Amino acid sequence: MNTQYESVIGLEVHVQLKTKSKIFCACSAAFGCEANENTCPVCLGLPGSLPVLNEKVLELAIKVGLALNCRISERIKFDRKNYFYPDLPKAYQISQYDMPVASKGFLVVEIKGDGGVLTEKRIGITRAHLEEDAGKLLHEGIKDGSWVDYNRAGVPLLEIVSEPDLRTPEEAFQYLVSLKAILQYLEVSDCNMEEGSLRCDANVSIRSIGETKLGTKVEIKNMNSFRAVQKALAYEVKRQTKAVESGEKIIQETRLWNESKSETFSMRSKEQAHDYRYFPEPDLVPFSVASEKIETIKKSLPELPKARWDRFKTRYGLSDYDAYVLTSDKILGDYFEACIQEKADPKLTSNWIQSELLALLNAGKIAIGDSPVKAKDLAGLIRLIGNNTVSGKIAKEILPMMFETRKSAETIVKEKGLVQVTDLKVLEEAADRVIRANAKSVSDLKAGKKQALGFLVGQVMKETKGKANPKLINEILTQKLPIQ
Amino acid sequence: MSQKFDIQQLAELVRLNLKPDERAKLSRDLEKILAYVEQLQTLETDQVQPTSHVLQIENVFRKDIVKPSKVRESVLKYAPKRSNQFFKVPKVIEET
Repeated sequence: MNTQYESVIGLEVHVQLKTKSKIFCACSAAFGCEANENTCPVCLGLPGSLPVLNEKVLELAIKVGLALNCRISERIKFDRKNYFYPDLPKAYQISQYDMPVASKGFLVVEIKGDGGVLTEKRIGITRAHLEEDAGKLLHEGIKDGSWVDYNRAGVPLLEIVSEPDLRTPEEAFQYLVSLKAILQYLEVSDCNMEEGSLRCDANVSIRSIGETKLGTKVEIKNMNSFRAVQKALAYEVKRQTKAVESGEKIIQETRLWNESKSETFSMRSKEQAHDYRYFPEPDLVPFSVASEKIETIKKSLPELPKARWDRFKTRYGLSDYDAYVLTSDKILGDYFEACIQEKADPKLTSNWIQSELLALLNAGKIAIGDSPVKAKDLAGLIRLIGNNTVSGKIAKEILPMMFETRKSAETIVKEKGLVQVTDLKVLEEAADRVIRANAKSVSDLKAGKKQALGFLVGQVMKETKGKANPKLINEILTQKLPIQ
Repeated sequence: MSQKFDIQQLAELVRLNLKPDERAKLSRDLEKILAYVEQLQTLETDQVQPTSHVLQIENVFRKDIVKPSKVRESVLKYAPKRSNQFFKVPKVIEET
């Protein structure tokens, strides 16, 4: 039998909202502090303490909801999600059950096709609700128990739940990239997966193509990067397809991704039988959100990735794809615009960032925000190319030196004598030497073989150690060797 | 044995270790509570807003300001078990 299957994927993203204090108490929400330093009677769940909502948290959540085209609820309440696990000392988590901050939105995701062609796909957002984060358990190397650090307990989280609209692991990856971009543009979160300020769980099932009913879904957890989400989903789709083809039934369960083994495995724990018994949180009063408040926040929204993408195309004349790459990461887009501020040519800058700069950064596993070559310095190099001080070829050698030494392009050019040769006399002499040494190519060119010109230009470049202006060599050679 | 709930499962969920006679007594109580709720459910409530809170108060916020509580040492001092600055609990990770 040759049934074709499709996968049905929905994602749950937990994003830590960027506030100074926790969601329900005045403890610091900072990462990397001494164990249990940021705790108080409220987040430790001591009797007699009462939670009070941080107003900034609700504001940030509404911002995200609006940017994701959601309906913002006029009335909001919090609920208790009951479970016993030492990561929360109260034996319940304050979350939102049936009255979340935002619901029924969508996110437009760019799906990359062949040859870098981008097509749009609209992914539904089911809801976004607020909750408190849990503490951190440490097990490793501890024989007689587990250690608990409650610094993270009570840190504000927004859980963003997508509709099961994603059809491939690649689409899931792109959804995460687009979502992260929006969150970065809104400046509502650090979006740092390593520090846990962005986490993603995935729900996935498969069904035969043409089927409209959903298959049994499996939840996968424990992915620590967007690529890991993609890999875990690809693995899971394969596993489920194989199971279904051999007549097995898919069990609804939670599976964990093992990064080093590149596979998912069943949790097989009692957690499966969860019964959270949600009920309204009696310690927090309900909230009503005035439509004027929503309007005010709407007006304060910054330029979002899609708008910036369009602007990069119209203002800087960049291609659809180049503009997309530069705007899909806010810091990258900021870097680009900082170069333009420094009077660098937009198209050259776009090329240089995407090819040379990103290659160097990726090789050194450095984030664009930590680039040793600052935008001002890259702009300096690009200006030198633009005004013919250095050739593009030499510039490619200068950039790694800038990386290494953190000196400006101007300084390096001066120190190493890399100024482009535009002296016609010097260039003509070099051209003559090349013509004398390459009789075969010269006659080919004269006979009309234009490819020979490129070779000869290359030889002159070599002769001048890459410092010649290729345009000038071209002119000189064409003049000296007219096609007969 | 009630048809509507499993007293043993409920006890496990809330971590209560019930003796057989306690189980029987609580089952009877719960039956009565559920019967009362059933009675409430016959009321017409289509036009009534659900009551999640009895007080007419809403929108109680605090500003996003950090105020260190400095209670760590006094809380850890009374924790059943500790290890330096950490709370210590029975091993919770499940073998897979």
